[in-house]
Amino acid sequence: MDFLTQIINGLGQGSIYALVALGYSMVYGITQLINFAHGDIIMVGAYTTYVMLIMAGTPLWAAILAAVLFCAVVGVIIEQVAYQRLLNKNAPRISLLITAIGVSMLLQNLYQLIFKSDAKSVSNVLPSFPIPVGPLEISSVTLITIVTSVLVMLLLQILVKKTRIGKAMRATSEDAGAAKLMGISSRNTIAFTFAIGSGLAAIGAVLYCGAYPQITPYMGSMLGLKAFVAAVLGGIGSIPGAMIGGILIGVAESLTKALGWSQITDAVVFGILILVLLVKPAGLLGRNIKEKV
Amino acid sequence: MKGENVMLAVKDLEVYYGSIHAIKKISFEVREGEIVTLIGANGAGKTTTLHAISGLVKARSGEINFCGNNLRSMEAHKIIRLGLAQVPEGRRIFASMTVQENLEMGAYIRRDREQIQQDYERVFERLPRLKERRRQIAGTLSGGEQQMLAIGRALMSNPKMLLLDEPSMGLSPLLVSEIFKIIRDVNESGMTVLLVEQNAKQALEIADRAYVLETGTISMSGDASELAADEKVRAAYLGGSQ
Repeated sequence: MDFLTQIINGLGQGSIYALVALGYSMVYGITQLINFAHGDIIMVGAYTTYVMLIMAGTPLWAAILAAVLFCAVVGVIIEQVAYQRLLNKNAPRISLLITAIGVSMLLQNLYQLIFKSDAKSVSNVLPSFPIPVGPLEISSVTLITIVTSVLVMLLLQILVKKTRIGKAMRATSEDAGAAKLMGISSRNTIAFTFAIGSGLAAIGAVLYCGAYPQITPYMGSMLGLKAFVAAVLGGIGSIPGAMIGGILIGVAESLTKALGWSQITDAVVFGILILVLLVKPAGLLGRNIKEKV
Repeated sequence: MKGENVMLAVKDLEVYYGSIHAIKKISFEVREGEIVTLIGANGAGKTTTLHAISGLVKARSGEINFCGNNLRSMEAHKIIRLGLAQVPEGRRIFASMTVQENLEMGAYIRRDREQIQQDYERVFERLPRLKERRRQIAGTLSGGEQQMLAIGRALMSNPKMLLLDEPSMGLSPLLVSEIFKIIRDVNESGMTVLLVEQNAKQALEIADRAYVLETGTISMSGDASELAADEKVRAAYLGGSQ
């Protein structure tokens, strides 16, 4: 019984990781850039929720909308200001990585400057009450988190599979040069990918606040790092991989806690990363397409 | 009307890769309705020339003019909108997408839905094997089918001119003949073609005119039939005097 409850809690936590992991994975798929500032977008989303919900007293839907839009804009600005020139000049990957770490520090310090470093409380973001499911009792927050994430991910699948811009994203991620020959602007596609990834992180942020109503300027580091592990586990660059990776990491964490080893949950997560890198470096659904001649 | 208006004019084109002088002031032109071929050995600069035309590499100096537009100052993704489509070396189809989706990407710049539908049918008529495999993932096609898909994809942009980069590469002789027949058919229906080939024999057979590229310079040019009969060309590119 307890075991099942823990799995469901893990699914809740995991779907937040999945939403964030999607941003890492999609951006990597198109630019081969590991955007380490992506975790801090969650923090930006959480503070936007705080400003709207607690400081301005707006309804939840307005806070979500504001968080998604604001994060999407911040994501695009980061791409345009920090990464675009490096990407255009085919800068070495290490320069991009260092830039990403710099952007991450910039965001953390900026938010510390504005909001101070003490934790802010964002309570009651989501309605919280127990829901009986058979013999189990599940928190409404967990259920909302899972359902919202599933819906958002379904929408993302439709976007990527069916729409013109989604197909342009897939084409660019597969072969940016060939995509250009088709008339697809890499610049627009990359900007759009950052916007989508950041918007997903914002939804993750709102859901995260529902479960853990304490926010700090540094909250994005560990959360982002774990989502990154999830993206690598699933196969970075793969959208379904990011979803599966996120869920697996969430469940693994939750089960570790259920076994009474709460102190080592982080170690378990990074242990999984090491294992994956040793056994299947491309990740569970990592790309491995052979070229045919 | 073949050969009256110059469609593509390249003048004194120079391209560097770092310090390597890949293309040294070459000039050539392609007139409306022609098949012009650029032949030469591996590393002569054929692909570099095409990449310079389509904007994938930047030229150091010279002029590239297509239907009155200066291509050198244009971004790669805008060039197809002028009606210049490329079938790149190694096909570069989108392997994880279906055949149909690849053709859709070819029509990416177009908004005229009805006309696009008709053009799918035209492409399928020309390349019936693609029709059978419409829903198949492109990466699972055979090499020849992938080349046909790359050609079909380029045709879907409804171009005025087609640039083909080594379409025979890695294909069996039978398939090479099939691909060259497709190129000739496309040309006969009015398409201007610039064909870059290592397979000089077949290229000279279908081309109107030809240029020979040797280590970044054009060493010979003329009517394809004249070049095919030329002793030097025969010795260097056609495997001796057969």
